[in-house]
Amino acid sequence: MARRSLALIAAAAVLALTLVPVAAVLIRAGGLSAFAPGDGQALRFTLVQATLSAGFSVLFAVPVARALARRNFPGRGLLVALLGAPFILPVIVAVLGLIATFGSNGIVNRGLAALGLPEMTIYGLHGVVIAHVFFNLPLATRLVLQGWLAMPGERLRLAASLGLSPWAMFRTLEAPMLARILPGAFAVIFVICLSSFAVALTLGGGPRATTVELAIYQAMRFDFDLGRAASLSLLQLALAVVAGLVALRLSGGASFGAGLDRRVARWDGRGFGARLLDGGAILIVALFLLTPLTLVALRGAPGLLQLGAGTLEAAWHSLSVALASTALCLLWALPLATRRGELLGLLGIAISPLVLGTGLFLLVRPVMNPFALALPVTALVNALVSLPFALRILRPEAEAIREDFGRLAGSLGLSGWAWTRWVLLPRLKRPLGFAAGLTAALSMGDLGVIALFADPDRATLPLQVYRLMGSYQMEAAQGAALLLLMASLALFWLFDRGGRVGA
Amino acid sequence: MLELDGLVMRAGDFTLRAEMTLEPRSRVAVVGPSGAGKSTLLDAIAGFRRPEAGRILWQGRDITADAPGTRPVASLFQDQNLFPHLSLARNLGLALRLGGGRVSAHENQQIEEALAEVGLAGFGARKPAELSGGQASRAALARVLLQNRPVILLDEPFAALGPALKAEMLSRVAELADKLGALALMVSHDPADARRFASQTVLVADGVAEPPRETEALFSDPPDSLRAYLGQA
Repeated sequence: MARRSLALIAAAAVLALTLVPVAAVLIRAGGLSAFAPGDGQALRFTLVQATLSAGFSVLFAVPVARALARRNFPGRGLLVALLGAPFILPVIVAVLGLIATFGSNGIVNRGLAALGLPEMTIYGLHGVVIAHVFFNLPLATRLVLQGWLAMPGERLRLAASLGLSPWAMFRTLEAPMLARILPGAFAVIFVICLSSFAVALTLGGGPRATTVELAIYQAMRFDFDLGRAASLSLLQLALAVVAGLVALRLSGGASFGAGLDRRVARWDGRGFGARLLDGGAILIVALFLLTPLTLVALRGAPGLLQLGAGTLEAAWHSLSVALASTALCLLWALPLATRRGELLGLLGIAISPLVLGTGLFLLVRPVMNPFALALPVTALVNALVSLPFALRILRPEAEAIREDFGRLAGSLGLSGWAWTRWVLLPRLKRPLGFAAGLTAALSMGDLGVIALFADPDRATLPLQVYRLMGSYQMEAAQGAALLLLMASLALFWLFDRGGRVGA
Repeated sequence: MLELDGLVMRAGDFTLRAEMTLEPRSRVAVVGPSGAGKSTLLDAIAGFRRPEAGRILWQGRDITADAPGTRPVASLFQDQNLFPHLSLARNLGLALRLGGGRVSAHENQQIEEALAEVGLAGFGARKPAELSGGQASRAALARVLLQNRPVILLDEPFAALGPALKAEMLSRVAELADKLGALALMVSHDPADARRFASQTVLVADGVAEPPRETEALFSDPPDSLRAYLGQA
């Protein structure tokens, strides 16, 4: 059957593109002796920052999610939508915003100085953790909010009619739910932070704040020590696979759940203390998320008018990479939108982009100059990395379509092409648009493999922002960052919107 | 003719056996308690379920291993008989062009005629959601007409219609089957439907699909299993 063989080809391509580079790394690995003295420190830092980041994200998510679950206020829908935004927000843009907020000239430090308090720093462990919490607090909040919304209404009604105190309510209803949800949320965020590269690259660095991913990059880029890069890649691979399996076990498959717009009918939390707590949580999280983004917009606006030729060229590269990886990712995702395909796609999460990049670098080098392939390789790796998200979005819908119309199509005897053209694609339009939007935005904002491969002629926009920051051209960097932010949001909006038209 | 030769269907600890011959151009009802395996029998003939043992033959040719779309069979299901996002013309066009290509002017003519045949002339541009229940059923019949296959399987397709509409649809199906010269096999849980529609009836009960009997004879002197189902002590 044609459909089956397409799925097999797609699966083989995913396997080959993930396992062959890893094998290349394995073969090239110089053994454990090749580790440098600082690498143990990198491993420790990676684990410490991931633990702190996941811990704080989950801890703060609990009061915010509870406030969102039981309060209705103007702008609630907007805030819930904002919780989805960090997913498509380029890391480098957020980092610039966080520097503008918490950096040495940032508004927080100006406030601290006015009060005569010591200055805080955004670089090092602090900064890495703050940035990770910025990205993952919204994710944690969404996960916990799902738990709250899934609480059976009857039980809340029973608790209200009994007149349970807030503490009794917490112990009987909320604590068991949290005990079920929080380990999974913690594990998922821990895994995400383990492979942190761009945040560590921009806010970390130095012997005391280097992640394993960053160490791979430094070994490749500065020392050109392929053996050590390969050993580090193996270490990172082991970390990601072990933590990934644990997370998969604990999380039980979180979804991009629509329907977070609902609010549960609750009768508790009428007291003054509870209102203060909820209001405070919502205000703080809104400020924490919105201030950096607002500052990026405000400070970037003047720079938009004087974008250099290099920045415009980089923007063009990024757009091409984003569109290519979107097309590739969807071509992959369509035949793989089954349960088995989704498991296979998880390889894209388990294997870090830097490891993949290192492997591809090693494979390509004997044949041609790997730097010449910087953009295609970036598009390819971005497609692989986005595949699990695309599959998570497409699989349930694709299965429902097969369930509903498979018999009719089978009894008519429709060809594979007719099924795809007239049934699958038209009915899958909305989730396809959403998946394409996510992939395009992720790829547009990605600062990973490209840093490994790029030479001065082949920058993407995120890399260009990083380079401008590195050469202290802050105004130009902020202008380019705003351009990047607008491009990412526009790509997401266009694709997602396209999927909704006439659907 | 359609032969079920030592057919055994199994799902979990449920087993259905069938051994019968159905004449072309006849109309046959399938009755029996719910869960007895009426739909399983139709699924076997349509090719949606593989039998554990036995063969299915059409005009002497073994079709047991054929894919559903390549069998001489058209099906009307309980629901999902039309693709809801496609116009009626496109839905019917797919039955003619299984590869999904453009329909020719001649085929367009055929589609128009089929729609007119079921009283839906000029409805080609509508989508299924813009039709009433009875109109949607008739559109599905037009699809079966275009498929022009010698066996028609009906798995309670009109269960959601009111009594008058259902009676109208049954007589339309009877006309259509006569026009195509097809064998029509219809699952029903209503004895009145069986009497109205079919001269012969297959009783499915206690894990066995019995060979067809004259409908009137069967209902006027029902065996115990049918008696229990009909509520006649």
